[in-house]
Amino acid sequence: MQDLLSLFYENREFIFLIIVSIFLGIEVISNVPAVLHTPLMSGANAIHGVVVIGSIIIMLEAAPDNYFALILGFFAVVLGTLNVVGGFVVTNRMLEMFKKKEK
Amino acid sequence: MTDLFGLTILELCYIAASITFIMGLKMLSSPDKARKGNLIAAYGMGIAIFATILFKEELTADKWVNYGLILTGLIVGTVFGTRMAMKVKMTAMPQMVSFFNGMGGACAAVISLVEFDHLLHTGKVETGMMVVIILGLIIGSVSFAGSIIAYGKLEGKIGDKALPGGQVINIVLLLAILGMAIVMAMADVPNETHMYILLGISLLYGVLFVLPIGGADMPVVISLLNSFTGMAAAFGGFLYGNQAMLTGGILVGSAGTILTVLMCTAMNRSLMNVIIGSFGGGGAGVAGKDGEQGTVKEISVTDAAILLAYANKVCVVPGYGLAVAQAQHTVHNLEKVLADKGVELNYAIHPVAGRMPGHMNVLLAEADVPYPKLQEMEDANDDMANTDVVLVIGANDVVNPAAENDPSSPIYGMPIIDVLKAKNVIVMKRSMGKGYAGIENELFFNDKNRMLFGDAKDSLEKLISEVKNL
Repeated sequence: MQDLLSLFYENREFIFLIIVSIFLGIEVISNVPAVLHTPLMSGANAIHGVVVIGSIIIMLEAAPDNYFALILGFFAVVLGTLNVVGGFVVTNRMLEMFKKKEK
Repeated sequence: MTDLFGLTILELCYIAASITFIMGLKMLSSPDKARKGNLIAAYGMGIAIFATILFKEELTADKWVNYGLILTGLIVGTVFGTRMAMKVKMTAMPQMVSFFNGMGGACAAVISLVEFDHLLHTGKVETGMMVVIILGLIIGSVSFAGSIIAYGKLEGKIGDKALPGGQVINIVLLLAILGMAIVMAMADVPNETHMYILLGISLLYGVLFVLPIGGADMPVVISLLNSFTGMAAAFGGFLYGNQAMLTGGILVGSAGTILTVLMCTAMNRSLMNVIIGSFGGGGAGVAGKDGEQGTVKEISVTDAAILLAYANKVCVVPGYGLAVAQAQHTVHNLEKVLADKGVELNYAIHPVAGRMPGHMNVLLAEADVPYPKLQEMEDANDDMANTDVVLVIGANDVVNPAAENDPSSPIYGMPIIDVLKAKNVIVMKRSMGKGYAGIENELFFNDKNRMLFGDAKDSLEKLISEVKNL
């Protein structure tokens, strides 16, 4: 219990940020027309690829002889990068089609 | 730790990245800015990634293996990610998104595994950190397993399989995950076996959660898994006190949840139903009303062309079949040919037509169909009484009257495009096969309806030449 309380107190700024971000996320996409649902989902998919930063931090902090962390961390970097790059490129491809239509 | 200067730059980069994520999502909501929004978010991501590498830790010579692996990983991921994303066909976009989503989930799960291992060796356990690690592991692995199953199903590699008592199994698995998580969070010493058991159950749950789901429900599942991965990323951010991960993850988590809820509302289902994995008519229990079928009336291409050419107002209801046949350009040509004859053609877009929300919009946009021609379901239904001919192309469940008048139907309560209000209906279909939800469609047997069998693209091309000759 004490642990949880101190977790809350020590991270109160983060918890504040989380709550504000939740409402921001809802607010930001609430006016999206149905036309853009697929690209939006795809773009959001690319953005959560930010998780790749976590895997980079693992790799930066790992001791050079910690093979468990290095190997898994390497895979995590690859997976996360696939998510980021693939996500943004697919979204861009979808949106290119919309752009053509503007003319 | 690097010096204060480096750390300040790092935090500024994270702030910049967070702003680009918010702006990107915002701009994705207007058609003319969407592409720019996506690029802005991508730049922000690039800044955040490289700032992390350069400024997070002091770069030291003894860690050259680490740096080499990071760069190799980034390059490998970029090369394969770009290749896959460039090569994928329009019809396969939904499963591509699902696949990339699974990669993000796996990344989050692996991070939790490594951090858990780290705790094992340092022996220092804080309940709070443990909870965050456990949550990241559970959500990441459920998202990974579920996304890969969703990918396989949409690729047609995995069929709909409903285990007997699947719901009970899923609830038991959920309880097992919860129990295991509590045991691990309360433990004084981290236990490696427990962690692998938790990983195993979570992966199994992800598989069993998506496996029985079929029909128009797949978009909801992909959207839900997308927001799951967002949450998993946010837990990672919490773990490292990393603002970029936190804001990015939470934004996607909340935005994805809202999108999921919007889709659920469109299909008249509750989110709880989705999570327990009971819906989708995936079971064999959908007996339907096979006994009382009427007769199906066919229409020839020539007759269909005449009907279309002498109509004032035509409404096209596209579905997944249009995507499969790659007939989006052909249907746009038909629209132009009919316009020359003074026929007005619009498209009625059901919110869950296809395999993803907005799937039909993207597809028709590829064929340069102008936005104003795409009507949302409500507007299309209001216009239906004035419509002379409805052309249903490769859609099935979204025009099934059973959703309105058959309480025993698995899609009962889902709003549909009410094509029977129009004067004539032509359904273009390959065969009398059932829709993705696996249920019979009484529309086909209705007096107003005529069937035009054949591949959508092929039939449309024939229609175009017939209309031209009239």
